[in-house]
Amino acid sequence: MKAFLALLRRDLLLAYRQGIDGWVVVLFFLAAGILFPFAIGPEPNALMRVSTGVVLSMAALAALLSLDRLYQADFDDGSLDQIALSSLPLELTALSKALVHWLSTGLPLLAAAPVLALMLNAPVAHYLPMLVALALATPALSLLGGLGAALTMGSRRGGILLTLLILPLYVPVLIFAAGAIGFAGDAAGLSVEAAGRGFGAHLLLLAGIDLALLAVTPWATAAALRQALRA
Amino acid sequence: MAELSFDNLALERAERRIVDGVSARVASGAALLLLGPNGSGKSSLLRALAGLMPPAGGTIAWDGADIFGQAEAHRARLCFVGHQDAVKPGLSVAENLRFWAGLAGGSPSIDAALAAFALAPLADRPARFLSAGQKRRLALSRLALNSLSPRPAELWLLDEPTTALDSASRQAFLDLLRGHLQRGGLAVIATHEEIGLPAKTLVLESPRRRREAAGAAA
Repeated sequence: MKAFLALLRRDLLLAYRQGIDGWVVVLFFLAAGILFPFAIGPEPNALMRVSTGVVLSMAALAALLSLDRLYQADFDDGSLDQIALSSLPLELTALSKALVHWLSTGLPLLAAAPVLALMLNAPVAHYLPMLVALALATPALSLLGGLGAALTMGSRRGGILLTLLILPLYVPVLIFAAGAIGFAGDAAGLSVEAAGRGFGAHLLLLAGIDLALLAVTPWATAAALRQALRA
Repeated sequence: MAELSFDNLALERAERRIVDGVSARVASGAALLLLGPNGSGKSSLLRALAGLMPPAGGTIAWDGADIFGQAEAHRARLCFVGHQDAVKPGLSVAENLRFWAGLAGGSPSIDAALAAFALAPLADRPARFLSAGQKRRLALSRLALNSLSPRPAELWLLDEPTTALDSASRQAFLDLLRGHLQRGGLAVIATHEEIGLPAKTLVLESPRRRREAAGAAA
């Protein structure tokens, strides 16, 4: 436990010191999202229809940005050897890294999401459902991303490979997050009760994905790390 | 009385055999020096002895029991200083040490470890501003940290520990190593330089030399 906290504290401190990375993620998120009004045209209704979808997909892309350094930096300077040789199981290392990624990327994206939604003219009734869906979707993005980062560690052009590997795995998360938001407001033309049930069902599915990933990805990530350390 | 032994060891990296048919044993209180030209597999041998790299052939045993069958116990008994310093440039000297202490589950008191390599005056300096020798001293402070912990490691695996060190730091390292061996510890050290301690040596040959020798024999 002490070792877990030591690693968590160190990585959070490093993430905080390299604050520029956190800003880059948020700025990319906003800048990429702001391309849509230019590409689709500024017609308010058209923008309103795609707004939350754009927020979700841009969040998924932005979450990829800070992934390639997650393990690579420790691998390059020999720290990963020390961590692997410590009493801390690599499974817990994987958990700590995913948690750091969520805290340093997922949380800032959550904070920036309403800003992008505002710029895209999202319906007011969609804000809260969108934030709740994002809050449940971002942990899944971090857990999957950590696995991808471990798998592509040490390979040339790891960042590109990582993106190709992980983006398809983000699809189910996006589907259920977008599904949940689809029940917000009166967009679905359903009674309040039926919309609430549909919204809840999608959130439960998202939470289910989170839990399943929490149970599986630390072991898969640790196996990938062990493989990389053998070379 | 503990003993680390490896027998007829073969190591492969990227499907290339880098170490072949190497055997040695080292017992409590003794050091084994790995000598040989660049690329002769000294670092890989150390990684294998640490349990990071499974051998392609042969065995590595601690007191006769294979180390890969007791990975956790083996990790707990060793201290590894690789050819990379594992120093985080974004952290200060003291923060780096405190992280290692925490990772080992030990106390956060690092003053004695800082003093071992005269790093106390640099404690608050960000590691990115350290010279190569100072980084090496910081990496070696892990050994001091370890010897001061309640359960010091029995086995030290050191990869070129004295690279870039000045003579005072070299002496500090020797004192630490001597103390470790006197406590009954073991050390395996890859080096190009005289360490200044009586020790067994194992000379590794480069793969090219080995092929030539095999060709001459045939």
